[in-house]
Amino acid sequence: MSVQLLVDFGSTYTKLTAIDLEAERIIGTSKAMTTVKTDVLEGFDRALEQLKVSHPDLPEITGVSACSSAAGGLKMAAIGLVEELTVEAAKRACLGAGALVNHVFSHHLSRKEIKQLRQADIDIIMLAGGTDGGNKECILHNARKLKEANLGIPIIVAGNKDAADEIEEIFENSEVEYFIVDNVMPKLKQLQVKDAKNVIRQIFITKIIEAKGIKKAEEKTGEIIMPTPEAVLIAAELLAKGYEDEPGFGELMIIDVGGATTDVHTIGAGYPKRSEVIFKGLQEPFAKRTVEGDLGMRYSANALLSLVSPYEFKQYYHREETKDFEKSVQRRFENVDYLPDDDEEKEFDKAMARICCDYSMSRHVGHVEVVYTPLGNMYYQTGKDLTDIQYVIGTGGVLINHDDAKDILREVNHKSNKKLELRPTDPIFLIDRKYILSAMGLLGQKYPKLALKLMKQHLE
Amino acid sequence: MKTVVIGVIGADVHAVGNKIIEHVLTEHGYNVINIGVLSSQEDFINAAIETDAAAILVSSLYGHGEMDCQYMRENCEEAGLSHIKLYVGGNIVVGKQDFKAVEQRFKKMGFDRVYPPGTSIEDAVAHLREDLGE
Repeated sequence: MSVQLLVDFGSTYTKLTAIDLEAERIIGTSKAMTTVKTDVLEGFDRALEQLKVSHPDLPEITGVSACSSAAGGLKMAAIGLVEELTVEAAKRACLGAGALVNHVFSHHLSRKEIKQLRQADIDIIMLAGGTDGGNKECILHNARKLKEANLGIPIIVAGNKDAADEIEEIFENSEVEYFIVDNVMPKLKQLQVKDAKNVIRQIFITKIIEAKGIKKAEEKTGEIIMPTPEAVLIAAELLAKGYEDEPGFGELMIIDVGGATTDVHTIGAGYPKRSEVIFKGLQEPFAKRTVEGDLGMRYSANALLSLVSPYEFKQYYHREETKDFEKSVQRRFENVDYLPDDDEEKEFDKAMARICCDYSMSRHVGHVEVVYTPLGNMYYQTGKDLTDIQYVIGTGGVLINHDDAKDILREVNHKSNKKLELRPTDPIFLIDRKYILSAMGLLGQKYPKLALKLMKQHLE
Repeated sequence: MKTVVIGVIGADVHAVGNKIIEHVLTEHGYNVINIGVLSSQEDFINAAIETDAAAILVSSLYGHGEMDCQYMRENCEEAGLSHIKLYVGGNIVVGKQDFKAVEQRFKKMGFDRVYPPGTSIEDAVAHLREDLGE
């Protein structure tokens, strides 16, 4: 019997999933606290021990693959020229590769911005700017600034190809570690992130894992092949498209409400559906991921305080009695291991999760704007039209552990009068109860058909 | 090869002339960035920055061009495009007006070349050669 073990080194838990490749089934899952600060293998060994206890008949493991979001995951800064164009393209390349992008800069880098970069906790910098044959003055300025600053952070150059040679001359013979890749926006509004994403993954595998103290795990798990969010995006793509004669689900969305962030992944073109709607802005990636750093259940819970007022919160909290909103949120922020013990607190968590779903959706989906023209009403569409999305899949602690998680997920088509948002209108809701999505992204690298089958079986 | 940005400004959806302009300018050896119909000043300016364009050619056929083009020169200067050439053409004002007066108004707004209805695009090509060199 061949057993594949899939490992996810998370920020809180190290999660294992064992798959029987011949019988095509999940043997079992287990988890233990991640132990990055001491020795990452302690947590792994504990989780494996647990798996062996609950499955005494577990045969010898024949293959292992692993992903990681431990020690803060992969953090990147995106630099470009115009905010809506190359800055956005650079940011999407980072997000699509599973990174968290908290620092974004446009136009010429200033001393103040260099200082911000120096103080920030960043693993890789993505430097873009200019279409091929377009502006190169700005990216050259920024390259010079980054060389002077000598931040000790690898730089991926993904801008105007005409500037590539000069940038190479700037960085050559300096300590800056740089990688020149295809322009993320070679033509106006055209997005091209594949090459940039591949290099991000390579740097993650070769450098970041080591810098974060996770490299040691590779003694037992083999190469850690990608950041966890990328594994989820790969799983989503596989589930949507299908593989060979095994059909997929079609266009779908995955919402991951976590302790620190809410991630939304959609697979689908999202083009305008009617002829009077005109698409505006940068091309959207077919597999799109957005990450909201201010929407989370614990680590970022306090950010909710500046996002919603106590009055607005009541609209999400479906109970009569009133709770001290600030105090309850603060308790979760200060005590990230907190688990609700009574119905009231459970409902409070649900309300927070509803806000995460609603707000992250509002930021992820496209929206339309009416333009009054002499020929009648026309519409601008910015972002993806996701009204026809067929499946919305929920994952992340709060959704997996709630009996009525689907009720929380319904916020996805919460009607708002803020703007005309193109949210899914009538999707089927599914929950990733066994928490297998990232594991299936890993498994799908070698056994796509099996990963697809297992996802179809276990999402409920 | 010089880069030029073309498009139809404001709530105007006239697409045919826009395609002809793209075709002719490309034939004459320009790298044409066509941002299409329903384009705002911001769309023109952002496109010109990223592509390092030497000129922006604004089309308008529905009569509201004069409103849509207000402060375009100032906005270009704000965005660091002080040297960019600005051309405008089509039915750029409401009704039939004396073109001399119209041209003066648009030149005062900072446009380098202003074209009345019925202008052939080759005329603009000649002006591009003159203004941009080559």
